[in-house]
Amino acid sequence: MQRLAIHINGIVQGVGFRPFVYNLAQHYQLTGWVLNNSQGVEIEAEGDSPTVSRFLEELSFSAPPLAVIEEMTVNLVNLRGDTEFIIRYSREEMQKTAWVSPDVATCSECLGEMTDPADRRYRYGFINCTNCGPRYSIIKDVPYDRAATTMNTFPMCSSCQAEYDNPGNRRFHAQPNACPECGPAFRLLTSEGTPIACDAPRKTRQLIAAGNIVAIKGIGGYHLACDARQEQAVSQLRTRKIREEKPFALMCGSIERIRQICDVSKEEELLLTSSARPIVLLTKKSDSDLAQSVAPGTDVLGMMLPYAPIHWLLLEEQDVWVMTSGNISDEPIVYKDQDAIKLLGRIADYFLVHNREIFQQSDDSVVRITGNKRQILRRSRGFAPQPIKISQEMPSILAVGGEAKNTFCLTRGSFAFMSSHMGDLENMATYEAYLAAIEHYKKLFSIEPTLVAYDWHPEYLASKYALSLPISHLGVQHHHAHIASVLAEHSIDEKVIGVAFDGTGYGCDGTLWGGEFLIADCTEFVRLGHCKYLPLPGGAKAIKEPWRIAAWVLYNLYGQEFAAFDIKLSRNLSPGWELMVQAAAKGINAPLTSSAGRLFDIAAGILGICHTIHYEGQGAIELERAGYKQYGQVLPYDISQASPYILDFMPTFAAMIEAVRKGRSVELLAACFHETIADAVVTMVRKIKEDTGIQKVVLSGGVWQNITILEKVVGILQQDSISVYTNELVPPNDGGLAFGQAAVAGACIRKR
Amino acid sequence: MSNKRIQLAHGSGGKLSHDLIKDIMWPAFANEILGEMNDGAQLHINGCRLAFSTDSYVVKPLFFPGGDIGKLAVCGTVNDIAMNGALPSYLSAGFVLEEGFPISDLQRIVASMQQAATEAGVYIVTGDTKVVEKGAVDGIYINTAGIGKIMDGIHISGKNALPGQNIILSGYLGEHSLAVMGERHGLHFPQSVRSDCAPLNSLVEAMLTAVPKIAVLRDPTRGGLATTLNEIALQSGVGIMLEEMDIPISSAVQAACDILGFDPLYLANEGKVIVFVEQESTNQVLDIMKQHVYGSEARVIGKVVKEARGQVGLRTRIGGVRLLDMLVGDQLPRIC
Ligand SMILES: [Fe+3]
Ligand SMILES: [Mg+2]
Ligand SMILES: [Zn+2]
Ligand SMILES: [Zn+2]
Repeated sequence: MQRLAIHINGIVQGVGFRPFVYNLAQHYQLTGWVLNNSQGVEIEAEGDSPTVSRFLEELSFSAPPLAVIEEMTVNLVNLRGDTEFIIRYSREEMQKTAWVSPDVATCSECLGEMTDPADRRYRYGFINCTNCGPRYSIIKDVPYDRAATTMNTFPMCSSCQAEYDNPGNRRFHAQPNACPECGPAFRLLTSEGTPIACDAPRKTRQLIAAGNIVAIKGIGGYHLACDARQEQAVSQLRTRKIREEKPFALMCGSIERIRQICDVSKEEELLLTSSARPIVLLTKKSDSDLAQSVAPGTDVLGMMLPYAPIHWLLLEEQDVWVMTSGNISDEPIVYKDQDAIKLLGRIADYFLVHNREIFQQSDDSVVRITGNKRQILRRSRGFAPQPIKISQEMPSILAVGGEAKNTFCLTRGSFAFMSSHMGDLENMATYEAYLAAIEHYKKLFSIEPTLVAYDWHPEYLASKYALSLPISHLGVQHHHAHIASVLAEHSIDEKVIGVAFDGTGYGCDGTLWGGEFLIADCTEFVRLGHCKYLPLPGGAKAIKEPWRIAAWVLYNLYGQEFAAFDIKLSRNLSPGWELMVQAAAKGINAPLTSSAGRLFDIAAGILGICHTIHYEGQGAIELERAGYKQYGQVLPYDISQASPYILDFMPTFAAMIEAVRKGRSVELLAACFHETIADAVVTMVRKIKEDTGIQKVVLSGGVWQNITILEKVVGILQQDSISVYTNELVPPNDGGLAFGQAAVAGACIRKR
Repeated sequence: MSNKRIQLAHGSGGKLSHDLIKDIMWPAFANEILGEMNDGAQLHINGCRLAFSTDSYVVKPLFFPGGDIGKLAVCGTVNDIAMNGALPSYLSAGFVLEEGFPISDLQRIVASMQQAATEAGVYIVTGDTKVVEKGAVDGIYINTAGIGKIMDGIHISGKNALPGQNIILSGYLGEHSLAVMGERHGLHFPQSVRSDCAPLNSLVEAMLTAVPKIAVLRDPTRGGLATTLNEIALQSGVGIMLEEMDIPISSAVQAACDILGFDPLYLANEGKVIVFVEQESTNQVLDIMKQHVYGSEARVIGKVVKEARGQVGLRTRIGGVRLLDMLVGDQLPRIC
């Protein structure tokens, strides 16, 4: 006989772990107990030695699908001679270290019940079990128990309670367990908030079919939905949401339906059907029945499958709905009921609401597959707050992230807890949600940071917040953080060639960097090369209006005469362009930047593809689309011999302008531009490899969201047998910045 | 990062200026009056309440549309005194002149000072002149100081903002900053922009005579409206919510800002006043302001709120709220 005390850490709460342990113990006829505590799951199991060993083996090998065992410690303890195996209720402990699971898409068993007319949860929009349902979005505190969730206002009926108490049941201790009798319910409201008596999901379907816009309360917030095939409805939504051109995300009733609209690879299908259910970016087939204004100017569509029970009730197999975040323009997603009517009332015709409170909002995550690898563009619902493992032990660090697309990161032990997507901190509501979320994370994961890592940009609100905290501060350069985010993901502990191709980030010399070739590890970096500095005429305005920097380039090449050229850019010059050029020449509100992202703006401007953008990266996105499937050639560019290497694309732009003036195809030139950028990156990497002998290359920064460039560069470098690393767990854009900041801070502290 | 030397941004009126004063000046000079953080000091001498203020003028160029360094030196100090609820009466003037500076320019500047003083009804009663070798200053620097009696029953302070109060702005923003910049760099704006430089004491006197319980008066000079309101929000521990639609910006300033990419809310003004007043007296104050030449475009631009203490928000045209924070340095893009 022997008795083992087993401690398990990881995602083991709210995922059916205790019933699994209970059933396993029953199977092997062991005695003892299992309980959830704040540190995870604790088990004591007693029986004859071989049986106990087999029990132990199976614990790790047949754990429930959503469980992630990160640590398991086993100790021999004294025999107790219990008579049975029981589940003990959780007890609050001083140190709360349990992990909170992300929200999980409805499982197939629950779906089966929901569509079975004989089941008591037939068509019940809140069905869930230990394998699925809301988690992060409803948890107010740990340990994860019903009382600590927003389900605490719904006392269970006797049938639900019986399931909840039965260790053999799939709903044993499923905290959000509910049924039509005792649980939350949906209601349909008018845009003024007046309830409409009806079968809410059925009526919503009819309303959408009739061309209405309905705000739908889901898991992490409100969506705005309409039929994606009705141009009238979609363009109405676009107008009311003040979202001029940004593509809308879509939800389809079935994977087959997605396949009719887009090409779907095996990896993409796995992602679409995964329990995280992100929006997956897919390439549109040439013909589809979608409304024109769903995604103007791009062939890339954001597609997702239903993930909450209500989605399954709403969408039938052949349905395609726009399901865009319920917000106005760049505002954060609406998730509080009191805000919904006030903020979305002038957008939505109707509201499909429910009375289960969303405690923490989260947007849909956005992911794509490129070259068989995953690229996360927005890491939010379904992913956060699942921790990311780091190879080394970290002190408790708060990394505050960047300004736009903000996320923050808290570390403990060898884990990094990345927040869900926060958004643009300049927005007051976002900033307040950000401050609240940091406190919430500190509490949930029991982390009291002793150091805060922040971006050097003096005006980032996150940096100002960081500097106001009474703990040690560590500034991290923007592009060093981008590169470090990849190093930490791949546990690389040596110097690499880091190519940070990005928008703009604050550099060591007070200029805005963004086209950087660094030699870096997590503790330090050297800038060995960068793109040539150009002014941003009008500061931030130059980023929103690509014509400005394009006009600056033309002015530099040709003087004032360029305004008379017979090209789209010159014909469409905004009045006042002379003043703009004059001011830029004098350095008035024209900060210098070595940004790579702006090169795409210049090209888009020169080719007349994009004059003013309406969403971030629009110039680059439309330029990439223009050059898609064209065969371009490499245009001239210069690399200076000096140290650092200066990469100059003025010759490229000059060649492009000459070609445009001769009437060459814009599509072909767009392809040439991509070819040139890729060639230049490869040439620079080869030079730096020659100089330093470093064989590993890391690519990070927002520009790597450009698949054309990414695939070309990775392809060529791999032929050179250079190892190339990219972000797979956090976004290459500023959504991954906090993770990199934390990695740098951790490494610096270790080195001290 | 910071090499522990004075940077130009320390003088921009933003966060660095604020920190410089907080970290260097206050600890050194620590006293109750300085701690009040108002534009100038409010003094009690033998039962008499006085406002006392000083400012140095180093503007380039010396002459610009709508004014010159002399007019600025008088109006700036007159306004600082007026913002304490006082009636400015006497000014001092100190000149630092560069060897080789044209005497005719000095005459022009001094005449302009007297003209502004006459309009404001103040006397320049004492002064000082120093000449330094070529290159030690850029032409001419002027310092003025002034005193005035605080009106009876008037208690103005940046600490008086309370939730519920309305915020009134006397007119169009950004004119001074753009006029000086345009002249300095020879820029040709789509429509000409003139500095708003003006003495505001008679406007303030009329307002305070009719509504003595005005809570806060402040002129949004360096750092502009956004910075000034941030200072008040911090001083009073309140939140401020502005309505973008209601903020007066002239088409000339808007057009120039559209091209240059400046945010007019952060541009300096030299003839504008921000007034915090209770809801019930708002219309009365507005009526008086509108009758005055320097307040004809006055309007309510926002409110003091309980939430978001110490912060200033701007409700934009599309309905979101943008945080208008105090800038550390220049307007530098934050977009990645
Ligand atoms: Fe970045
Ligand atoms: Mg002053
Ligand atoms: Zn389930
Ligand atoms: Zn029930």
